[in-house]
Amino acid sequence: MEVVMSFVIGGLYASGLYLMMRRNILKLVLGIALLSHAANLLIFTMGRLTRGHPPLIPPGEVRVLESIADPLPEALILTAIVIGFGVQAFAIVLIRRCFETLGTDDLDEMRSTDRAP
Amino acid sequence: MNLVLLFPILIPFATAVACLLAWKQRHVQRVLSITGAVLLQASGFLLLVSVWQSGIRAVQMGNWPAPFGITLVSDLFSAIMIVMAGLTGVTVLVYSLADMDTGRESFGYHPLMHILLMGVCGAFITGDVFNLYVWFEVMLIASFVLLGLGGEKAQLEGTVKYVTLNLMSSALFLAAVGIMYGAVGTLNMADLARHMGTVKQPGLVTTLATLFLLAFGIKAAIFPLFFWLPASYPTPPAPIAAIFAGLLTKVGIYALIRVFTLLFVQDLEYTHALLLVLAGLTMISGILGALVQNELRRILSFVLVSHIGFMIMGLGIFTHLAITASVFYIVHDVIVKTGLFLVGGVVRAERGTYEMSSLGGLYSSNPWLSALFLLPALSVGGIPPLSGFWGKLVLVKAGMETGQYLIVATALIVALLSLLVMMKMWADAFWRDSPGSAAGGSVVSANPVSFESRLVLFCPIGVLGLLTLAAGIFAEPVLTVCSRAADQLLNTEEYIRAVLGGIP
Repeated sequence: MEVVMSFVIGGLYASGLYLMMRRNILKLVLGIALLSHAANLLIFTMGRLTRGHPPLIPPGEVRVLESIADPLPEALILTAIVIGFGVQAFAIVLIRRCFETLGTDDLDEMRSTDRAP
Repeated sequence: MNLVLLFPILIPFATAVACLLAWKQRHVQRVLSITGAVLLQASGFLLLVSVWQSGIRAVQMGNWPAPFGITLVSDLFSAIMIVMAGLTGVTVLVYSLADMDTGRESFGYHPLMHILLMGVCGAFITGDVFNLYVWFEVMLIASFVLLGLGGEKAQLEGTVKYVTLNLMSSALFLAAVGIMYGAVGTLNMADLARHMGTVKQPGLVTTLATLFLLAFGIKAAIFPLFFWLPASYPTPPAPIAAIFAGLLTKVGIYALIRVFTLLFVQDLEYTHALLLVLAGLTMISGILGALVQNELRRILSFVLVSHIGFMIMGLGIFTHLAITASVFYIVHDVIVKTGLFLVGGVVRAERGTYEMSSLGGLYSSNPWLSALFLLPALSVGGIPPLSGFWGKLVLVKAGMETGQYLIVATALIVALLSLLVMMKMWADAFWRDSPGSAAGGSVVSANPVSFESRLVLFCPIGVLGLLTLAAGIFAEPVLTVCSRAADQLLNTEEYIRAVLGGIP
């Protein structure tokens, strides 16, 4: 399962970076979104994949009996997803404003702040 | 009392909420905003005194014992950074009373500034790597909105670049956090410091170090990763540019210094040597960029990048003296860069342009402004007795002691070139006659600044100018504090003991 996950994560990183290097501003935002998904899945996989052992204490016991799935990476991912959601919502509004103000969605035409006038 | 650790987060948060409640009343917002910033500054001093007297302070949120809960911890370095954050907040907010358009002020300038300060202070004070990520995001989202606020053409272009690179840095940071959790099994920084040496694959630790270097390096704007900075910092209004230049890049440097003194000290030959190379390249490429620019704020942005190299240089040399110098240099750089960007704002208010080619004659029309520019400008160049001189002197001394002559030579050349850039600016914008006056016409301000607002504009810049002078004349006490901070950074036992208590 870990092997499959590593290919999925690698694929997400690759496609995210590919999209970010396109000239279209919408693809840029999609690329950023894919990158953050890749990072989330990476955390998930790094927390070890455990099947069928939820981190619950059975009734009548005071501690868990067997090796359980680590709940902490899930908590981290949940936080990261919420943050990512907010940031991506902002990014989408930003590119909309950009398109309205600059009249283009081509990143190559947004270079006036890069070079000395 | 451990509440003193919470104030730097709670005060900006409460101020931001109060400002939001007073959304329609601009004047109420102004009063609240200034009060909040002054209180933040006071709480910073309180924290500094408390840490100075009783050593590193730590508090466990929700009473979950470390390493299970989130720890807030402040050593002297964090406390110094919070004082600097407070100082930048106060000066920039006072300045913006006179130089901030009503449009931006009524669309949440004040609450955003305080959320930004909250994120910055949170990043300085947290003792948990994932929590650091969260504070970074708080800071980033506030800075995104501040940068784009107003929606001018150049601003939006700058914001796209800034947002893209910072989100990429966040994704790298997040990945590094995930890998670190998988490898070490904890995210509490003190606990990580204890266990980092026991990781079985040393190659993995070095990979992690490089990932952190990339993530924080983008935020701190070091050599191959700084191109977003000159493309975005010159676009917003002066107060916003000033707080970004003064404070935000320093958060990246703070994070670099924190992880490369506490966590990644196993493979000094690789990590710290790499830092040193990057420091040298940052200095050179930044100052060469500054030499060819013709717009005031773009010159300042490149000088800012170049001087980030000096702070990384101390970290790369990694002796007690070098870390002392880095901490001192951060203090110095926050003061002068905020001051210079604010002076840039006044120049714009007086003349309506940032272009060097159409500036000139400011010395004859505004002698006081020229004096206020000259103080931080000479400090950047490293002229004694200003603070920039001592920062560079101690760095060079630390480099000589360890025999790193190449980086010392680089630093000295770059210091000289910085002086050249600043003096070129002085000659072009202040000293020479105005380009218009040669044709016989006298200099007319685009929109004359009234005496009262000029007073409000000059006060914060004057305070910053006097501070760089004071930090130079009374360098001894400042260096003593920085040296204690370096002690605490290098002797990680004290930090670990403060966070984890008696846990063996």
